[in-house]
Amino acid sequence: MQALTNRSKEVSRKPISFLESLYLPAIFKGMAITFSHMFKKQPTIHYPEQKRPFSPVFRGLHVLNRDEEGRERCTACGLCAVACPAEAITMEAAERMPGEENKYREEKYAARYEINMLRCIFCGLCEEACPKDAIYLSETFAPANFTRKGFIYGKSDLLIPDPKTEPEAYAKALGKGEKTTASTTN
Amino acid sequence: MSTIEILFFFLSALAVFSAIMVLVSKNPVHSVLWLIAVFFAISGHYVLLNAQFLAIVNLIVYAGAIMVLFLFVIMLMNLNSETEPQKHIWMKLAGVISGGCFLMMLISLVRQAVEMGGRKAMMAEGDTGLIKNLGKVLFSEYVVPFEITSVLFLSAMVGAVVIGKKN
Amino acid sequence: MTLLAIDWILLIEKLILIAIIVFASLGIALYTTFAERKVAAILQDRPGPNRAGPFGLFQPFADGLKLIMKEEIIPNTANKFLFVLGPGLAMTAALMTCAVIPWSSQVHIFDRTIDLQVADINIGILYVFGVVSMGVYGIMIGGWASNNKFSLMAALRGASQAISYELAMGLSLIAVLMLSGSLSLKTIVDQQMAPGHLWNVAYQPLGFLIFFICALAECNRTPFDLPEAENELNFGYHQEYSSMKLGFYLFSEYVNMIMSSAIMASLFFGGFDIPFLDESTLAPNLAAGLGVLALLVKIVIFIFVFMWIRWTVPRFRYDQLMNLGWKKMIPLALVNMLITGAVILWLQGK
Repeated sequence: MQALTNRSKEVSRKPISFLESLYLPAIFKGMAITFSHMFKKQPTIHYPEQKRPFSPVFRGLHVLNRDEEGRERCTACGLCAVACPAEAITMEAAERMPGEENKYREEKYAARYEINMLRCIFCGLCEEACPKDAIYLSETFAPANFTRKGFIYGKSDLLIPDPKTEPEAYAKALGKGEKTTASTTN
Repeated sequence: MSTIEILFFFLSALAVFSAIMVLVSKNPVHSVLWLIAVFFAISGHYVLLNAQFLAIVNLIVYAGAIMVLFLFVIMLMNLNSETEPQKHIWMKLAGVISGGCFLMMLISLVRQAVEMGGRKAMMAEGDTGLIKNLGKVLFSEYVVPFEITSVLFLSAMVGAVVIGKKN
Repeated sequence: MTLLAIDWILLIEKLILIAIIVFASLGIALYTTFAERKVAAILQDRPGPNRAGPFGLFQPFADGLKLIMKEEIIPNTANKFLFVLGPGLAMTAALMTCAVIPWSSQVHIFDRTIDLQVADINIGILYVFGVVSMGVYGIMIGGWASNNKFSLMAALRGASQAISYELAMGLSLIAVLMLSGSLSLKTIVDQQMAPGHLWNVAYQPLGFLIFFICALAECNRTPFDLPEAENELNFGYHQEYSSMKLGFYLFSEYVNMIMSSAIMASLFFGGFDIPFLDESTLAPNLAAGLGVLALLVKIVIFIFVFMWIRWTVPRFRYDQLMNLGWKKMIPLALVNMLITGAVILWLQGK
């Protein structure tokens, strides 16, 4: 049979010689190999102290965005919920009252916005569906929790900090300047 | 009473009690374990007689090897009181008679031997049981019986191989 | 004779020595479990346990605590007494071996000369064999009392493995005994310490190899660790055990490992002898202390080799194990014995 690549090795079917049948040379060879591994570099990343950089296209935990004035962008149109293949998103719309213009950008806003992180498959379709640039997938994991209820993230968990009132937290949430695999490899 | 005497009586009591328990135990595995206790007690006696080699060989060979094989067989056969076949009354009678004969023989042998009264075992003295002296005695005075015993073992081994090869 | 004529000081001395040795070997065994994981990790290019304490040094205590806190389960149909007796026997047999190991020469404290050996009996090495053969009962009783057919089969497997390799071990040892002419471990070590006398491994390399392989099998170490084959053989004789009783079984293996390392060091590697150093020139107490250290270093090296082998060689199949034991090891040991005897006779005849 024609070999597809030249990487394949012919299997030797020779009967083993006496020296080989003792197995000891082979065992010593193997032990030399394992011993040499004592001096090899460990590829381990010590997780909580060291973190592996995410790729720039990583899709992690969701973030509900605000505009530069700190108003919520979401208008509760429901397109993300429709786009969601896992049906993880539920929301309740409410009308903006006079005097709330500094809180919500559009006349309609999401009074309740929940994502079930147990159902979410982190496909990013909600991000693509959003006409208002209101939902983004960030570069973090959904952390562990003790109850299933804890995985249903409400608005308070998802909203990005206000850039006006807490600029540091906002800057941190944006994650600008953090290392990504793109920035390390390039 | 010296320490050695206390140990002697303790070991004797242990040996006799364990031996009775071997007979009384319903579960054959328990019997084997009690028998091991008997061997331990006897080894203790050997140590008291300053026969350390005999003591440890008794443990290695009987308690360590033969009894393990006994346990093997018993565990694999899964013997217990329910599966044990009820023996015929004649069989029981034959057992009693042969056992009685054996007892008679033992008693007469002990009686014919040198009179036991007033004799004491050599406690912690005497060195026949030490490995050096035992080896010398075995390979000079008793060399013929010793070699014949090894032939016996060889024949037993050949027999086992022949039985094993059959199938 | 007076009532209980015992040298009480000697008794107390020995009791203290026994306590020290037992606790020291338990402590070493504790850290051997940690070393096992660390060595495994280093050989596999990973850091190993490093969270509990600095460098993970408290890991063995965390493991022990976990084992103790776990629920103790005694199966309903198990034979309760024997079920508890099994791990106890295994542990006792493992620890009893340390009685005849000469840990070092003598120390002088309060003008008393104390042997750093619990008992220098003239059948020392046979005693070791006797105790090792008792260790089989821990396995068999535990397996049988579990009342589980897999445990029983594994117990039979483990026991027959131990018995088979004990034979080759004993035969390989006879060659050493022919050289030394004594069964006492102390005498054997002293002979190797004598100037102009090499360690026994120089005279008995094949004997040492056989003894080492058999020691691996006796300690249930890879490549003979069939009791740990959970996925292909449905685990070993300790299948039904949980909590600290399982811990005892596992722990006794580590104690066994230490003891067999100590015995190998004593028989073949000069025991507490420090190479290229004449101990008689040192102060006796210093020499004794250094001797203990030397023996410990040898033990640690052996334990490392045990672990190194574990993470290199794959496990034997059961029939391969039996073939190796009966068809290779025993004939090899017999040949070694015959050659040694012939050479000794030839040297004597010259």
